[in-house]
Amino acid sequence: MLSRVANSMYWLNRYIERAENVARFIDANYHMTLDIPEGASDHWQPLINTTGDHELFKKLYGDANRENAIEFLVFDRNNPNSIYSCVRAARENARSVREYISSEMWEQINTFYLMISSAAKEVSMDLPHQFFVDIMTASHTFIGITDSTMNHGEGWHFGRLGRMLERADKTSRILDVKYFILLPSVDYIGSPYDNILWGALLRSASAFEMYRKQHGRIDPKKIVDFLLLNPTFPRAVHYSIITAMISMNNITGSARGTFANKAEQSLGRMLSEFNFASLDEIFGDGLHEYLDTTQERINEVGAAIQKVFFSPQLDDVTGQSQTQTQSLA
Amino acid sequence: MRFDGYDTEGFYDEIFDEEGNPRPGADLLIERINALPDKELHRRQKAAERALLNLGITFNVYGSEAQTEKIFPFDIVPRIVQADEWEIIEQGLKQRIKALNCFIDDVYNDQKILKDGIVPPELVLSADGFRKPCIGLKPPGGIWCHITGTDLVRGGDGKYYVLEDNLRCPSGVSYVLENRLIMKRTFPMVFDACSVQPVTEYPNHLLDMLQGLAPAGVRAPVVVVWTPGIYNSAYFEHSFLAQQMGVPLVEGGDLVVSGGEVMMRTTKGLERVDVIYRRIDDDFMDPKAFRADSMLGVPGLMKAYSKGKVALANAPGTGVADDKAVYAYVPDIIRYYLDEEPILNNVPTYACWRDEDRKYVLENLDKLVVKAVNESGGYGMLVGPHSTAEEQAKFAELIKAKPRTYIAQPTLALSRVPVLLDDHFEGRHIDLRPYILYGKESIYVMPGGLTRVALKKGSLVVNSSQGGGSKDTWVLNAENNSSPESPLPQEEI
Repeated sequence: MLSRVANSMYWLNRYIERAENVARFIDANYHMTLDIPEGASDHWQPLINTTGDHELFKKLYGDANRENAIEFLVFDRNNPNSIYSCVRAARENARSVREYISSEMWEQINTFYLMISSAAKEVSMDLPHQFFVDIMTASHTFIGITDSTMNHGEGWHFGRLGRMLERADKTSRILDVKYFILLPSVDYIGSPYDNILWGALLRSASAFEMYRKQHGRIDPKKIVDFLLLNPTFPRAVHYSIITAMISMNNITGSARGTFANKAEQSLGRMLSEFNFASLDEIFGDGLHEYLDTTQERINEVGAAIQKVFFSPQLDDVTGQSQTQTQSLA
Repeated sequence: MRFDGYDTEGFYDEIFDEEGNPRPGADLLIERINALPDKELHRRQKAAERALLNLGITFNVYGSEAQTEKIFPFDIVPRIVQADEWEIIEQGLKQRIKALNCFIDDVYNDQKILKDGIVPPELVLSADGFRKPCIGLKPPGGIWCHITGTDLVRGGDGKYYVLEDNLRCPSGVSYVLENRLIMKRTFPMVFDACSVQPVTEYPNHLLDMLQGLAPAGVRAPVVVVWTPGIYNSAYFEHSFLAQQMGVPLVEGGDLVVSGGEVMMRTTKGLERVDVIYRRIDDDFMDPKAFRADSMLGVPGLMKAYSKGKVALANAPGTGVADDKAVYAYVPDIIRYYLDEEPILNNVPTYACWRDEDRKYVLENLDKLVVKAVNESGGYGMLVGPHSTAEEQAKFAELIKAKPRTYIAQPTLALSRVPVLLDDHFEGRHIDLRPYILYGKESIYVMPGGLTRVALKKGSLVVNSSQGGGSKDTWVLNAENNSSPESPLPQEEI
């Protein structure tokens, strides 16, 4: 397939996944703050930190409160990772590969975009819970439509690769930020507030119900285990990397456990690390350090994918014309 | 909503005759619309607009930054063309494209028509669309303009006239296909009442035609559609056609000439391209052959093309035959190459480089339509009866300064068709752009085409960039011929 098209498939899916994650973070946080009356605004700054855009936020808004945090994360066009910007970027990418994806996929993304831009014209406060649910549903619908209307060929795998890397990144970030805020309360396990706070972390990853089924009681270590190392929960980091690897192998045609290029090599190395990781070791070396390394590796994989597949160097090419590149948002 | 009280105001109306009675074939449509409950037509019009927006069937407007995409306004009342009328149009279009193709081939090779003095050489060689690098080219099968979208209008006398031959990269066919889809979706009952010739075959014909251009010996030709990119005004159409044909849509950056052949960059290296349906102007295709500052082009493309390594549709240089100055000579061109009388009329044209014509034009600016020969899309145009004295004075100066650049034509009382307004129907002026595919074996004319409508009351400018909209065009089947588009047998036609 065309490198440019592969690039768009990959980013299109990353952006949709990013929008969905931001919506879930806000929704979970919003509901948590409603349950905890005092000092509620303290919970918005960590949310901004989760997205990694705290410096931009500081510059634009200063201190975080509910109003400006939601404005920044949902509608702000100056924030390249706001829900609006993500959906817009996803649509631009979809538009550039409109003939490649199915009409149903395009129509879903376009309708999604129109929904967000018409909401953007209204007052950003008073956004109902339903608004965030709609965003998450739109993303799920897109994934479902993609899976059932498009060939599961190279382009589809590039899309899933993008989505899985984005998901691994976001789950590790929310875990990183929230865990250390919640940590002081580890001693108070069992108190009602504590359950609310840890429950919100799970809900931020749509993991509450599935966690309950597997582990029952709220236990911080088990939560980390579930979100990080579970190989079957679809938002867990481990699951995301396993799935990304399957897509990568499909793209390159490599057998399991082998690699054909730098991108496949770094992804495979990260997967082995997860396959053989243990919770004790992770806590022994420091959870934050572990998550930090994980995010760095995801970035490395992303950069290698960009280099190997999307802007290949063609030595035998005469008259090199300009290549398409896309910034990392 | 009923057609009661609809007034043709003395114009030729496509649906009603001068007595206000339905034209043959339109009665069923009018009956069905009249029978709809109150507000139902509006509801369906809204539904159709919503569907167009959700489908993202939009065009980009140059120079408007905030909102670059707009839906092409769509009116729900279709335009009807009788079967016998259509037959004449179809024959006329085939004749015209054959002759124009001969002309282009001649101009870039033997130049017989110029030597014989039928068309003045200086006019042709100075035409904006004339491309020197095309001299001596021999496109596959001798065909230069594979895809044409001829603009037709009907005058007050009820006759069709050719307004323009769009031989470069005519756009709009995607709207025809989408309009039909939307009409079938939102208006099945009315649609069902009439027996309409199908347009859905167009992408198949297009793909067949393009595959037929592949260099000899290529078994499974790789066909691509080449777009300037997502910011081009017709990007939707480029992606739509690529999608409907199931071929890749490429941008200049995806293509490269390597080892004398045109290749595209894929995730697995370079892959050969055999046929390019290019939707990019001649000037931007290859900086080595045409404009050196083109950022969109593929260096070396023209060399590969001239060696027959890759086919281009349309061939570069076709614009020489849709120059508005050359237009005036098309009837002579038809007679010269085909030895036939033209079936379709030309609009009488005054050429401002002829002294006599120029004198007449300057004296009658308030009655004529003046057009710059090298502009399109409704720009660079003076519509005499709708213009101010100032505008006329400005054009008089322009004409005197550059007579070669201007032609003038009488203002035609373009035919009209009803459009749906808040609580009634009103007539609006329209044109018609049928699409013609010129293949090695046959010429296909899409039954119907794009009906563009000037939505502004009284306006004669139908271009999408100037407040135009579109309508579905229904070419009826000859009687007793049931419609392939309609799922049910016809009951009482």
